[in-house]
Amino acid sequence: MLAVAEVTPAWYLVLGALLFTAGAVGLLVRRNPLVMFMCVELMLNAVTLTFVTFSRMLQDVHGQTVVVFVLVVAAAEVVVGLGIIVALLRTQPTATADDLSILKG
Amino acid sequence: MLDLVWLIPALPLAGFLLLVAFGRRLGEPGAGWVATLASAGSFLAAVVVFAGLVGEDHHHRSHVVTLFEWLPAGGFSVDLAFLADPLSITMALFVTGIGTLIHLYSIGYMHGDASFSKFFVYLNLFVFSMLMLVLGDNLLVTFLGWEGVGTCSYFLISFWFAKDENASAGKKAFVTNRVGDWGFMLAMFLAFATVGSLSYSTLAEEAPGMAPVTATAIALLLFVGACGKSAQLPLFVWLPDAMAGPTPVSALIHAATMVTSGVFLMTRVNPLLAQAYDWAPDVIAWVGVITALFAATIAVAQTDIKKVLAYSTVSQLGYMFLAVGTGAYVAAIFHMVTHAFFKALLFLGSGSVIHGMGDEQDMRRMGNLRKYMPVTAATFIVGWLAIAGVPPFAGFWSKDEILLYAFDANPVLWALGLVTALLTAFYMSRQVFMVFFGDERFREPAAVDAPVSGAVDDVEAGEQPEGEAAHATGDAEVHADADHGHAGHGHDPHESPWLMTLPLVVLAGLAIVGGGLNLPFTPDLHFLGHWLEPSLFGNEAHVDVETGTKVVLAVIAVAAGLAGIAGAAAVYLQRRIKPVEPELLANGWYYDSSITAFVGGPGRAAFQATADFDSQVVDGAVNGVGALVRGGGGGLRILQSGYLRGYALGLGVGVVVLLAYFLTRVSF
Repeated sequence: MLAVAEVTPAWYLVLGALLFTAGAVGLLVRRNPLVMFMCVELMLNAVTLTFVTFSRMLQDVHGQTVVVFVLVVAAAEVVVGLGIIVALLRTQPTATADDLSILKG
Repeated sequence: MLDLVWLIPALPLAGFLLLVAFGRRLGEPGAGWVATLASAGSFLAAVVVFAGLVGEDHHHRSHVVTLFEWLPAGGFSVDLAFLADPLSITMALFVTGIGTLIHLYSIGYMHGDASFSKFFVYLNLFVFSMLMLVLGDNLLVTFLGWEGVGTCSYFLISFWFAKDENASAGKKAFVTNRVGDWGFMLAMFLAFATVGSLSYSTLAEEAPGMAPVTATAIALLLFVGACGKSAQLPLFVWLPDAMAGPTPVSALIHAATMVTSGVFLMTRVNPLLAQAYDWAPDVIAWVGVITALFAATIAVAQTDIKKVLAYSTVSQLGYMFLAVGTGAYVAAIFHMVTHAFFKALLFLGSGSVIHGMGDEQDMRRMGNLRKYMPVTAATFIVGWLAIAGVPPFAGFWSKDEILLYAFDANPVLWALGLVTALLTAFYMSRQVFMVFFGDERFREPAAVDAPVSGAVDDVEAGEQPEGEAAHATGDAEVHADADHGHAGHGHDPHESPWLMTLPLVVLAGLAIVGGGLNLPFTPDLHFLGHWLEPSLFGNEAHVDVETGTKVVLAVIAVAAGLAGIAGAAAVYLQRRIKPVEPELLANGWYYDSSITAFVGGPGRAAFQATADFDSQVVDGAVNGVGALVRGGGGGLRILQSGYLRGYALGLGVGVVVLLAYFLTRVSF
């Protein structure tokens, strides 16, 4: 059965959807800022995967172009996000994302 | 030579700027001399332009000299331009001429004042503004001067602003004038809307084709402005209070020049008045004659030497408007000029008296001053005879001409004018008798019923009548300078220095011969009438009265004047009749206080209501919008919990909802 099973684009799409769901749920349920941050990255990469898949399916290079942009944005976001998180954890090593609610106006 | 017309206002402006920059350093009397020279130069320039105009052909004596385009705004353009024509040059000549004399006088009068140079700064600025007013080629340049003289008037009335009354008198003048300016501005807007130009020449050209209703509206709105500036009913209230200023200011601004600018303006727009409905000039004539009579009755009961002259000025201005209203423009200008001579003379004379008396202004505490101030007394008496209408002094000729035109227009106007003439002679005689004749009351410890406390000899140190307070500082020095042959009586009245008496003598000369400008005997002697012709566009009224009637009218007028003098002599000189000075008149028919009561009572309530409307409704609307936004924001703030998970959930739900929406729109 495994032998006949052929890897179709649908597999990639399903994987992307699963990864995205994992990221989204993780973002909602976890409180460690670092983990939440990783969840965001996970969601971004799930979307990237989906883009590449469709790009292959539709023989359209635009999907892959978007991926490059997403990578750039993700890299920038990591710089800022990690900066904030490190700063936060330095002052309060046990801080959770909920502790940031003191910043609300 | 006519191109030099710009020099006339430029010289006082230069003097003004010079004094602003260096006045303090020039000090006394340098600053005064600079200002006097600027004014005198301006007079010379006016004479040169006058000579140039005389050299022109009679009917081409109207020149527009454009300096630059002042306000170009699309279809609307106003030039900074001067109109050199007989009317404006006549005005310029007497403004600068009398202005120079009063500058000279002020050097003596303001001697020792702490703000000596500042006084001349204002004085030169005033002369400049006044010249812009009379020389302007369009309503806007005139308005510039109009506001300028108003500002200077304000500065100079409250020149000794340390005293509350002086400061508030200045404010009163300013505010009352703003009411008139409102009319002036509306008239300008209307003129621009109908004619598309503000220049006098265009207005004169377009006026005959203008709808009478428009012409009436413009003319009467300008008259509202004139009422403010020239102190006519109902806006005359500021002028008597304006006497708080130094006396040379009262002479220059509030008697000779600025207050006549309303008469000048109405004469300038005579084509509009000619095109207006017939009742429009009647309104002007009636306002004039009623003001004349009203103010004359008040003057009868005043005890302040300057207040008498102030009400007298209001009254004489009423005469001028009576003349304008009856189409006697030449007579109006004629009376304006002769009035400038004798009223400036009277004011300067009263200033000399006040000065010599050590800042005493109450006539009940004067008397027999002719013994101490011979020059002042002699010149004052000339002024008195001129204003009382005694031939051959200047006032007789001009007043008689006005009465003649009034008789031709409406005998009732004439009768009221005649009563005014009688009253004028009466109150002026009363003043002369109280000040220069009779007993020496200034040595008495207190006046008959004057509320002023302290002995007369202490006036300099003690309480001082309104106006001249700050002036006292320098008075001791004047005493030392003055040549008074009664040593030992340091506080006796004394004659003023030559700087002050010289202008008096010159003005007295003018008040004697001023009538020669326009003698009625033959048409050849109508110098002023002939000269002003090009500015009047044939709108001057023509009287149809036989020579015999004219003579009878003149005799009646002289008789009225003499009767007034005789009456005053009987009451105040020979004391055969007890003086009747009702409170009602002394308080000016309670006009001023009723305005105060009205504005303070219902007026204040109305202002309060307006203020409440502003604070409740207008501010309420503005604050309401603010409060709404604040409230809305406060409500929405609850949504911002600060929990990242909440936001993420919101995002997720939002995506799901949007997706669901778009997917359901796509028909499968």
